[in-house]
Amino acid sequence: MKAAFGFCGFYVAKADTRLFNKASQVALVRFDDKTVMTMANDFRGDPKEFAIVIPVPTFLEREQIHVGDKALLDHLDAYSAPRLVEYFDEDPCRPRRGMLDALQSAAAPAAKPAREKSLGVTVEARYTIGEYDILILSARESQGLETWLVQNGYRIPPGASAVLGSYIKQGMRFFVARVNLEEQARLGFQYLRPLQVAYESPKFMLPIRLGTVNADGPQELFVYALTRKGRVETTNYRTVRLPSGMDLPLYVRSKFPDFYRSMFAQQVRREDMRSVFLEYAWDTSWCDPCAADPLSRDELRQLGVFWLDEGARSQEVFLTRLHVRYDATHFPEDLSFQETADRQNFQARYVLRHPWTETKNCPAGQQYRSELARRREAEAQTLASLTGWSVDEVRRGMGIVAPEDRTWWQRLWSGD
Amino acid sequence: MRDPRPYQIAALALLLTHGLARLGFDVSPLRVVLILGAALVSQLALSRAGGLPRLDPRSALISGLSLCLLLRTDSTLVAAAGAVATIASKFLIRWRGKHVFNPTNFGLVAMMALGAPAWVSPGQWGHSAFFAFLIACLGGMVVSRAWRSDVTAAFLLSYGGLLVGRALWLGDPLSIPLHQLQSGALLLFAFFMISDPKTTPDSRAGRIAFAFLVALGAAYVQFRLFRPNGILWSLALCSAAVPLLDRLLPARRYLWAPSSSGRRPEEGAFHDAQVDLRGGLVGSGHGGEGGLRLLRLLRGQG
Repeated sequence: MKAAFGFCGFYVAKADTRLFNKASQVALVRFDDKTVMTMANDFRGDPKEFAIVIPVPTFLEREQIHVGDKALLDHLDAYSAPRLVEYFDEDPCRPRRGMLDALQSAAAPAAKPAREKSLGVTVEARYTIGEYDILILSARESQGLETWLVQNGYRIPPGASAVLGSYIKQGMRFFVARVNLEEQARLGFQYLRPLQVAYESPKFMLPIRLGTVNADGPQELFVYALTRKGRVETTNYRTVRLPSGMDLPLYVRSKFPDFYRSMFAQQVRREDMRSVFLEYAWDTSWCDPCAADPLSRDELRQLGVFWLDEGARSQEVFLTRLHVRYDATHFPEDLSFQETADRQNFQARYVLRHPWTETKNCPAGQQYRSELARRREAEAQTLASLTGWSVDEVRRGMGIVAPEDRTWWQRLWSGD
Repeated sequence: MRDPRPYQIAALALLLTHGLARLGFDVSPLRVVLILGAALVSQLALSRAGGLPRLDPRSALISGLSLCLLLRTDSTLVAAAGAVATIASKFLIRWRGKHVFNPTNFGLVAMMALGAPAWVSPGQWGHSAFFAFLIACLGGMVVSRAWRSDVTAAFLLSYGGLLVGRALWLGDPLSIPLHQLQSGALLLFAFFMISDPKTTPDSRAGRIAFAFLVALGAAYVQFRLFRPNGILWSLALCSAAVPLLDRLLPARRYLWAPSSSGRRPEEGAFHDAQVDLRGGLVGSGHGGEGGLRLLRLLRGQG
C-alpha cells in the first residue's frame, strides 16, 4: 500500500497547469519544543512547474533546512502501514498444536528589492539547497504577499489571500521553494527529494488551510509523528483508531489495497469526515508482525530524531501514524497536536484464517464444518460493514450463499 | 430548590456511557470502577479522619465520574492517585472553610503538572452537533438547579467573544471560532466544572469576574503559550483568586439544598453559621461553636 503525494502547503504552479494536490506525507519529529518536519511528495509534473508555499512558525537559517532521502519516508510508510495477517486452521480431527502465523502483505527567480519593500514583503533569506531554490518571506499584509507571489510567477488560487493574512498576523513566515533545474540536472535526481526543516517553537501543528484553498475535493494527509514519550493525537479534532483485528474473507488477499481504500472511505463517512484516524502507534525498536523492518538508528537520525545523539535508546522513539482526509468545510482549522503519555501499541491489522480443507469424518470435523459456514458468513458481514460493499457482492466474491438462500438439502448435508 | 447532585450524577453517567459505547473513550470499564472506588474510599477515609458523622457519596461520585470522562493514563497507579488527589484537595486545600479548587480540575492539573504519565484528550468528543446539544441540555438542567448558570453563561460568552474577536482580527472565517466552540470538552467544562457552586465566588459580580478571568487565561494558554487544555490550567490558576474575589465582593455562601424542609440538623447549623459571611466574618458567637468550626473545616462536599 503506498501512501503518497504532495505537500501540506499548496502548489503554486507557474503558468496555468492544473496540478494534482491531493495528498501529502509529513514526518514530524518532536521533543522539548524542537521540531523536525520532513515533507514528501510524488509530484509527477514538469519540475519547472513545481513550487510550494508553506507557513512556518519561525525564521529559518540555511542550516535549518535540509534535503532528505525519499527512501526514509518510504520506509516509515512500509513499516507502519495497515497489514494483513494469515492464520491456518488446524486439522479439527487431530489434537491442537501451535499456531502458524504468516505475514502476508505489507503495505505496502529574482525579485526587485524596491518593489518587495513597497509590497510589504521581505525576503528574509534566499538559499539554494540541493535541487531547491528556497526563500524565507515575511510580510506585513496578505495583499502585498499575494501580489509579490503573482509577480514572481507563482500561481495563487483565489481565496488564498485571507488565509495568508491570518498566518501573517499569527507571526508566521513563509517557506517558498521551487526547483533549481540546473542543480537538479547536476545532482541527477529523477524525482524531487523531501524537504526537511528544523525549528524551535511551542506550536505543535500542521498548517493545512492553504492546501484546502485550491483543492478540488478532499485531500489526503499522512502524518508520521516521532516523539519521545508516547502517542500523538489531534487536540482540535477527534482522533479515532481505525477498526483493526477483524477476520476477513480470504479473497481480500488479492485485493487488499482495494479493501483498505474502501474501508478508509467508509470510516471517513461514518465519522462524518470530521476525525483523524490512528493507523499505527508503536515504539520504533520493534514490530509484531513486521510489515517492514524497524528503522535503523541512522535512518531515525536522518529523519531528525535528535535525542538519539543524547544517548537515548531506540525504545525512546515512539511512532504515531495518523491518516486524515480533509477539506475546508470539515476541517476549517489547522491541525493541532499533543503528545500523550500513551505507549499502548496499536496497528491496523486484518486477519485471514485459512480453513482446514481435507475432509475427514469425525464428530469434531462435522462440528468444524458447520462452524466454518457460520464463520464465513460472519466474515462476509464484517467485510461488508467495514467497507460499505454490498454483502451479496462479498458473498459472490467468496463463493458462498446467504444462509437464508440455502436450500433445505444444502442445510441438511452441510451439517448446518 | 432541590439538591442538584443526583441530576448531575445521572448526566455524567450518561455521558460516560455514551463515551464508552459510541466514542471509544480510552478508559476501560475496570478503570471506571477503580477510579470511582478510589474516590469513594478516599471520601470515606477522609470523612472518618475528620470525624464527619456519615459518608456522603454524592460529591465523590461526581468527582469520580468527571475524572473517568477526562483523565487518561496507561497506569493504574496514576488513575488511582488522580482520584485520591481529587478528593483530598477538598479536605486539605481550604481557605476560610471553603475548598479552593474544583476537585476534578485539581486532580487533573496536579497529575499533569507533576509530570505523571497522564493526559486529557480535548478532541475525544468530536464536534457532532447532536452531542453538543445533548450536553448543553443536560448541563443546562444541572446548572439551573445548582444556581450557578451565571458562571456558565459568563464563561461561554467571554470565551466565545475572545474566539470570535480573534477570528475577526485575523480575518478568519467564522467557521473557525464556531468549530472551536462546538467542542464537547468545552461544554463539559462550562456546564459541569466551572459551574461548581462550591468553588466559585459567592457573589454574582464575583462569579462573572471569575468567569471572565478563566476565559482570558484559557485563551492565553491556547493562543500565546500554544498549549492544549488551556481551560483546565486557567481554572486551576484562577481558583486561587476566588478567596480574593470573595473578600472584595462578599455574599452568602452556597450550600447544597439550603432551604429544603427535610434538611439534616448539621446542615441547618452549618447554614446558619455561614450567614455571617456576608460581613466577611466566619460565623462566630453561635452556640456549639467548636463543633461548627470542625464541620466547616471538614465538610468536604462539592
